[in-house]
Amino acid sequence: MIKKLLDRFIKPLDPTLLNTSLILMLIGLVVLYSASGMDMIKTIGQVKNLLIALLLMWVLASISPNTIQKLALPIYIFSLVLLVAVALFGEVSHGARRWLHIGPLHLQPSEFMKIALPLMLASYFDKRGKDRYWLDFVLAAVLLIMPVLLVVKQPDLGTALLIASSGLYVIVLAGLSWRVLITLMIGALASLPLVWHILHDYQKQRILTLIDPTKDPLGAGYHTLQSMIAVGSGGILGKGWLHGTQSHLDFLPEHSTDFIFAVFGEEFGLVGELLFLSLMLVVIVRGFFIAIEGSTPFARLIAGTLSMTLFTYTFVNMGMVSGILPVVGVPLPFLSYGGTSLVTLFISIGILMSVHHHRQLVKQ
Amino acid sequence: MKKRVSLRNPQQERWDFQFRIKILVGVIAVLCLVLLIRLFWLQVVSYGYYHTLAEANRISIVPVVPNRGNIFDRNGVILANNTPTYTLEINPKESAPVDQVIEQLSHIISITPSDKKLFHKLNEESHGLAPVAIRSRLTEEEIARFSVHRYAFPGVNVESRLIRNYPLAEATSHVVGYISRINQNDLDRLDDEDKLDAYRGTNHIGKLGIEAHYESLLHGTTGSEQVETDSSGHGVRTLSYSAPVAGTDLYLTIDAKLQLAAEKAFGDHRGALVAIDPKTGEILAFVSQPGFDTNLFVDGIDQEHWTELNDSPNKPLNDRALRGQYPPGSTIKPLMALLALNSGVRNADTKISDPGYYALPGSTHHYRDWRPQGHGLVDMFLSIVQSCDTYYYSLANQLGIDRMHDFFNHFGFGKKTGIDLDGEVSGLYPSTAWKRKRYHQDWYTGETVISGIGQGYILVTPLQLANAIATFANHGVMMRPHLLKSMRNPQNNTLTAIQPEVVATIPESDEHFNIIRDAMVAVMKPGGTAAIAGAKAGYLIAGKTGTAQVIGVKQGQKYNAGQTSEFHRDHALFVAFAPADAPKIAVAVLVENGGHGGSTAAPIARQVMDNYLLGLPTTAIKDDTQAKDTTDQEASHD
Repeated sequence: MIKKLLDRFIKPLDPTLLNTSLILMLIGLVVLYSASGMDMIKTIGQVKNLLIALLLMWVLASISPNTIQKLALPIYIFSLVLLVAVALFGEVSHGARRWLHIGPLHLQPSEFMKIALPLMLASYFDKRGKDRYWLDFVLAAVLLIMPVLLVVKQPDLGTALLIASSGLYVIVLAGLSWRVLITLMIGALASLPLVWHILHDYQKQRILTLIDPTKDPLGAGYHTLQSMIAVGSGGILGKGWLHGTQSHLDFLPEHSTDFIFAVFGEEFGLVGELLFLSLMLVVIVRGFFIAIEGSTPFARLIAGTLSMTLFTYTFVNMGMVSGILPVVGVPLPFLSYGGTSLVTLFISIGILMSVHHHRQLVKQ
Repeated sequence: MKKRVSLRNPQQERWDFQFRIKILVGVIAVLCLVLLIRLFWLQVVSYGYYHTLAEANRISIVPVVPNRGNIFDRNGVILANNTPTYTLEINPKESAPVDQVIEQLSHIISITPSDKKLFHKLNEESHGLAPVAIRSRLTEEEIARFSVHRYAFPGVNVESRLIRNYPLAEATSHVVGYISRINQNDLDRLDDEDKLDAYRGTNHIGKLGIEAHYESLLHGTTGSEQVETDSSGHGVRTLSYSAPVAGTDLYLTIDAKLQLAAEKAFGDHRGALVAIDPKTGEILAFVSQPGFDTNLFVDGIDQEHWTELNDSPNKPLNDRALRGQYPPGSTIKPLMALLALNSGVRNADTKISDPGYYALPGSTHHYRDWRPQGHGLVDMFLSIVQSCDTYYYSLANQLGIDRMHDFFNHFGFGKKTGIDLDGEVSGLYPSTAWKRKRYHQDWYTGETVISGIGQGYILVTPLQLANAIATFANHGVMMRPHLLKSMRNPQNNTLTAIQPEVVATIPESDEHFNIIRDAMVAVMKPGGTAAIAGAKAGYLIAGKTGTAQVIGVKQGQKYNAGQTSEFHRDHALFVAFAPADAPKIAVAVLVENGGHGGSTAAPIARQVMDNYLLGLPTTAIKDDTQAKDTTDQEASHD
């Protein structure tokens, strides 16, 4: 009886995903403790976030992809409504309207959209059946552009691009013809000057200083330069846990959220980073295997997309911290402090587990 | 365009999906490679660079400035110290526009136009990076007034700072000197000497006098504090602290009381006085008149005062004692006499006949004696007492310039004394070789003749003259004149005395010295050229008067002080030591355009000796240059 219950509880949890995630999360807590300046309250807060996230993961892992698919449209609409609400009533901070206060909740709806959009698109393509017309892709593009525009307007270009990319992964995996894809990519490149024109000055500045951060070391280039110093001075083996001077002395901005990888790189060096990246790749590659095994087009699309999105976050964050990408507000999976991003991350993993757990059930 | 993306077959659909996944994995692999190359470049290739940046980022070394050493006189009277004063400072980074702030401040605290000018000058120099004083030496009342209004002046603060203070400013201006703000020249020099680090955080440096010469002792050793800082440069904690070592306290050989007495005795006259302890070479008084207020220079002198000092015809900034060069005139006659005895050219009893002039054999040119009617038969004793020129014209001719040059060189003429002050000049004692080198000309006998009475090319500084007379008083043992008596180590409070240093010993029998000394004693007695100054002295003085010509007087013309503009009048000189039989003090006095040595220079020396030996007060001497006919007149002619 107990064994049965335990089985029921444990079975949906893919051991590879679970163990790797937990190891990564443990690393995350260790780094957070250091990055927050040995702030036990913050670290315990993150543990609480983790417990909630793990619970959600388990819930999602237990329900079938078909059920999840049924939730796709309501979640998408709900997230879109929240985004509209943000645009109308959102709290302004640092010149951007990104947060929504609902009672005690402090939400950043653009984060939900990171999951809601791929779910919606995967579900949409699944429902359109095996035959896909170009019109399907146009409609998919509309579903994609609405939330992206709302997030661009906040303004939060980084998140908008990430949401757009997650949507694009679905479209690409759903079978958009290579010719169209290549045409789109050329078109996107061609429209860059136009995009440059509509960018905010600070966004232009970020891109310009990326090319040479030393040009504005106290202004827009400051973050990049300081994080490069932190990472670079870490060397191969790092300065050791709690011994990162740059982060502890307040040189690094946002050192427990978006820039936590700089703390990690400073304290654990190249070796630590390789370990982290390897573990991340384990999760991502496992996600791809799950995707290939997926029972339904929806399951395959969502698993592949979430894996790819996970990599995108990791790459963009590490690229930003090491100074090869502009500074955009992207949390690093497992390491960055913050409830919303942690919950979103484990929802993704939960969905992957669900796809894995229910692969045979559907087949049968 | 109704093109279909054909994906009918589930197997083909799966295959296509797998293919796309593989493409994405390929993309991931490429991006991971990019990331790894970047991290490798940052952490392995550029590790050294970023490591250095990180250290520089977090550790700043804050200099801890040492307190400057104090300067005392030989009895412990303060000549220079550091006193706390309150300064009103504006930090341009934090304040409203400075002109506006100054305008508002001037309603509360008196701010003169020169304060403003100085502020702008200093503010420019600091490039707006540091707070700059708009007013220093605030009174308690001014501080109180400002405190009431301070809320209206962000970035304006009253700071307590140690400021260099010279209590006897004018009397000791040239000897003690002053410190002032470090300028670009100082920085370049410190850089050359590799001392720039030692001056981090220090704003001032010795510019003149003892303050400049003993800069390295007075400055002390800068300490440092290694502070770990956060990104805004605020100290988080101190990593290490090395305490500064305060500068050494210096005790000078100067007697402040004597210095003041000498300054007072000069009155409004320009000139210089150097008093030396002949036994040790210790400088007891070192006066150049007029002096100036050295306190003006400490925080940067304003234009008004600078122009006033710089353009004054009295040239207060000239250190006459150290750098003024004058013909010594008759003050060299005792040394000429010593050379005569030493070389055997004449003995004390040799008499010459003085008809009131000297003429070289076969020449009609008359070298006039100051007394037109002559002194009659003159021996060595009388030649000194009455300052007979003719005696020395003929003596010089007998000796020849090169023998004189070598001898006077022994007494320090034509070379630096080596006193512990910067910028000493060497004076000049000519020789045939010197003239050939300098003018490519032969030496003329006539030039030897006038050299006999201290005219011609000979130039001495008052310091050299004092050194020479002190050496004479010391019977030929020349001590190095020095101003530093002892120094107190600030760490263990031990006092180290400076040992007297013998520079040279001039071999000469004591008998020769005594003969001439007796004549010099007679100079101060009735019948001598300084009889008035020597009257009623409580001790024996040995002295010699002198007059140095400023303008040439043509053959057949008579010099008349009353008809000559002040700056063209003769300089008055006087050298002396006392008590004559056991000298404790040797003095050389020069009064610029003072006329006659006996009536202006000698009384100053007498008062200084009275003050030193008997503790008597001094009074300013009277201007006697209008006096036309005095018995001690001894103008020289060529």
